[in-house]
Amino acid sequence: MTVETIGQASATKPANQKLAIADCDIHPSPKSVEREIFPYLSKRWQDHYQTYGMLLRQPYQAGPAYPKGQPDAARRDAYGPNGEKPGSDLEFMRKHHLDPYNVQLGVLNPLKSGQGLQNPDFAAAYCKAINDWQIAEWTSKEARLKGSVCLPYEDGFLSAQEIERRAGDTNFIQAFMLIRTSEPMGNRRYWPIFSACQDANLPLAVHAFGFGGTPVTGGGWPSYYTEDMVGHSQSAQSLVSSMVLEGVFERWPKLKLIIVEAGFAWAPSLSWRLDRIWAQNRQELPHVKRPPSEYMAEHIWYTTQPFEEPDRRGHLKDVFEWIGWDKLLFATDYPHWDFDDPTRIPLPRATDEQKEGFFLGNARSLYGI
Amino acid sequence: MAKHIAAKVEDIPPGTRVSVEVAGRKVAIFNVDGEYFGLRDACPHMGGLLSEGVVIGLVEANKPGCYNYSRGGEIVRCPWHGWEFDLRTGKSRFDPKRWKTHSYDIEVGDGKEMHAETVDVSTEGDYVIVKF
Repeated sequence: MTVETIGQASATKPANQKLAIADCDIHPSPKSVEREIFPYLSKRWQDHYQTYGMLLRQPYQAGPAYPKGQPDAARRDAYGPNGEKPGSDLEFMRKHHLDPYNVQLGVLNPLKSGQGLQNPDFAAAYCKAINDWQIAEWTSKEARLKGSVCLPYEDGFLSAQEIERRAGDTNFIQAFMLIRTSEPMGNRRYWPIFSACQDANLPLAVHAFGFGGTPVTGGGWPSYYTEDMVGHSQSAQSLVSSMVLEGVFERWPKLKLIIVEAGFAWAPSLSWRLDRIWAQNRQELPHVKRPPSEYMAEHIWYTTQPFEEPDRRGHLKDVFEWIGWDKLLFATDYPHWDFDDPTRIPLPRATDEQKEGFFLGNARSLYGI
Repeated sequence: MAKHIAAKVEDIPPGTRVSVEVAGRKVAIFNVDGEYFGLRDACPHMGGLLSEGVVIGLVEANKPGCYNYSRGGEIVRCPWHGWEFDLRTGKSRFDPKRWKTHSYDIEVGDGKEMHAETVDVSTEGDYVIVKF
C-alpha cells in the first residue's frame, strides 16, 4: 500500500475542523525560573536553587538520563516568535494550539516542577511555587486551562498538605505525580496522597518519567532513549499492579487514577494475567476481594498520547472495547515532539457518541466540569 | 506538467530551505550545495511541516557495530516525530514503500515563459521553478 499526503496539511490549517477536544496533557514551562517561580519561593530556597540547582534522585548529575527525540523534547515549531521556550508563552500557545485545535479544556501538567528532587523540603517548596505559578501565569488568564497540583510525592505527608492546601480551588482539577516512584506506588509511604485525593475529590494523574533512583526498566539501565520511551509501559504496569494488590482501591474506593503518557494497549493483557494469578493466590491477598481487572475497570483512566499505531487500526478496536471507550482521554502532549494531532491519530471506527466522549466528554465527566 | 515559479534563487542559498505555496500546494524546497529538491510540505504521518525539520545525513549500520555516515544534508527529519525522508525521492527512511511524501521536480530558469504567479518575474535573475 502506498500512502501519500492528500488534503491540507493539518500543521497549519487545523482550524478547518469542527472537532472540540479536551487535551489532557499540556506542558507549560516558565520562561525564566528567576522571574516566574522565584516570587513564590522563599529566599531560603531561592538561594538553594542558585547554589545547588535542582538535583534529582537519579544517576547522572544533571539533566535527563537519556537524550530526547528533539531539542527540549519539543516540536521544532513550538518556539515562540521571539524564541520563547516551548510551552512558555500563553499568547503563543493560544494561537499555535488552543485555538486551531479547538481545545475546550486543557490540562496543565508541569514537568521540572520540583517532583523527584532528592531534597524533600526543596521538592515541597518548589512544587508549591509551581502550583502558585500555574494560577498566576496560566489558569487565571485562560479559562480553558486547568492546573494540576504538583506533589512532592516521595513524601506522602508533605504531598497531602499540598493537596489539602488546594482542595476546593477550581484552578486545579487533579493531583499530579510521576510514574517512576522510588517504591511501587501502592506502597504505604504514598497512602497519605490517596487519602487526601479522595477527601479533596481530586483525581490523581501519574505521568510518564520520574526520578525514583531505580533503573528505568525492570532489568537495569538500558542504552537508548527508545528503551527509555518504551519503558514507561513497564513502569505503569508495576504501578497498577502495586496499587491493586496493596488494596489501595479497597481502602479508598472513590480514588480515581489517571495514567498519563504511558500507553494503554498493555492494560487488557495485564488485567488478564493479574486475574489469573490472583485467583491462584487468594491466600496471599485476602484484602484484594475482587478480581484485579474489576478495580482497574472502575478506578483507572488512560490518556492516549503517544497513541498506539498498529498497521491495522482494527486491532485497536478490540483494545478500546477491552478498556472501555469511556476510560480513554485524548491528549496531545503539546508542545512536546511526540505530539498527537487529533485529526490524524488512527482512531478505530466508533459511534459519534464514543468519539465525542473520547475527545471531550470523558474528560468532562471525570473532572466534573 | 505545468511549471510554476516558486522563489528567487537568492532566497534559497545552499544549506537552506523555504516553504512556498504554489498553485494551492505547499512545497518545501531545499538547496543542497546548489542542487534543489522539492517535497510536499507535510509529513504523511501527522502533518508536521517538513520545511521546519533539520536536515541530516544517512547513518547506516550494515551490521551491528559498523556505522557508515553518508549523504550529509540529503535527509530531512520531521520537526515533530522525527520521521526521516530522502530529499531526492520523498521516500521515508524506515518504510520507503509504504510511507512517502510527494517529491517535486525543481529547475532553475529565468521564468520568462511563465506568467507571474507568486513572485514578480519582471526582475532580472533566475528563479526556482517547481513542476507538477
